[in-house]
Amino acid sequence: MTYVIILISAIFVNNILLSQFWGICPFLGVSKQVNTAVGMSAAVTFVMALATCVTWLLQYYVLVPLKIKYLQTVSFILVLAGLVQMVEIILKKISPQLYQSLGIFLPLITTNCAVLGVALMVVQKQFTFGGESHMLGLGESVVFAVASAIGFGLAITLFAGIREQLEISEVPKSFRGIPIALITAGIMAMAFMGFSGMV
Amino acid sequence: MSKIKLITKGLVKDNPTFALVLGMCPTLGTTTSALNGMGMGVATMCVLVLSNMVISAVARFIPDKVRIPSYIVIISAFVTIIQLLMQVFLPSLYETLGLFIPLIVVNCIVLGRAEAFANKNSVIDSACDGLGIGLGFTLSLTVIGLVREVLGSGSAFNWHFLGGDGMLIFVLAPGAFLVLGYLMVLFKKLTAKKEE
Repeated sequence: MTYVIILISAIFVNNILLSQFWGICPFLGVSKQVNTAVGMSAAVTFVMALATCVTWLLQYYVLVPLKIKYLQTVSFILVLAGLVQMVEIILKKISPQLYQSLGIFLPLITTNCAVLGVALMVVQKQFTFGGESHMLGLGESVVFAVASAIGFGLAITLFAGIREQLEISEVPKSFRGIPIALITAGIMAMAFMGFSGMV
Repeated sequence: MSKIKLITKGLVKDNPTFALVLGMCPTLGTTTSALNGMGMGVATMCVLVLSNMVISAVARFIPDKVRIPSYIVIISAFVTIIQLLMQVFLPSLYETLGLFIPLIVVNCIVLGRAEAFANKNSVIDSACDGLGIGLGFTLSLTVIGLVREVLGSGSAFNWHFLGGDGMLIFVLAPGAFLVLGYLMVLFKKLTAKKEE
């Protein structure tokens, strides 16, 4: 049951893009076509699940026992950068096809704050389910990461669909490019607010 | 003269938010009020100035292949310092900004300036560049925060000049996108006129 609540809450209610504002750069950058948006979200899902798993273990088996929690930011970002590089190398070797479709997005993910944000959030915040609040365990953390990434993918894909239409419609000169994209995103965020209070 | 130019160019011409469109996550996420936006801007500016100075000083000794990871380590060290200082001296601001403080590490402005400016200029110039871009960032965050605060809660810098509550939507997530979008339109319009 907890897993279902985490899924719904992270995908719809607390969508990382439209309510936390993590990962806005790729949201504005690679959302011009639906195809690239789908590729980017697949890459983010993969890296986010893996990264959260690794940083969770790092937090509870290295940083906490050694009492060096203040090194959290430094160690997490290093692990993430290394991990992304490693995934890129492994993917190139074992599945060139997957690398072809995800490869170009991987370097971009290191500076995607959504990945670091989710990794930090699951070890810092208490989550409340059915009246009792506690820190997330490993399984719950990974489910949360995957759900957040799905939420990211959902928002970016929908947004890309709208932007494809915007390309062919007449937009006033000053609104062209980023401004109209931001205003569209604002209206989308309003629609997503309809989910609030669901969980 | 050139140093003053380095500092002032970040305000309008190379404004990180409106002209370069960098660092959008904190711009949208922390500007629920003018003071919150300003706090985030100043924190980023401190990191920017310090990391720019250190990176320009040590850039010569870092092999080209590992420069990005090394810059990230330097930046995250300063972010941790700022984080710990804020936790002690500004606990309430630290609480409101939350995860956006450690996320300064992945703010593209900081790494962008290290890569584009600090690693090929002197320490003093890099400090001025960091200060300029940082001031521009602080200014835009404060303006966005002010607009959202005035519309959303009927106050400015925590000073309530309206009896009521204002339009809550501007403090919530959609308001961030809308306000930034329309301010960007305004900025484009004004700078386009200037060029003509």
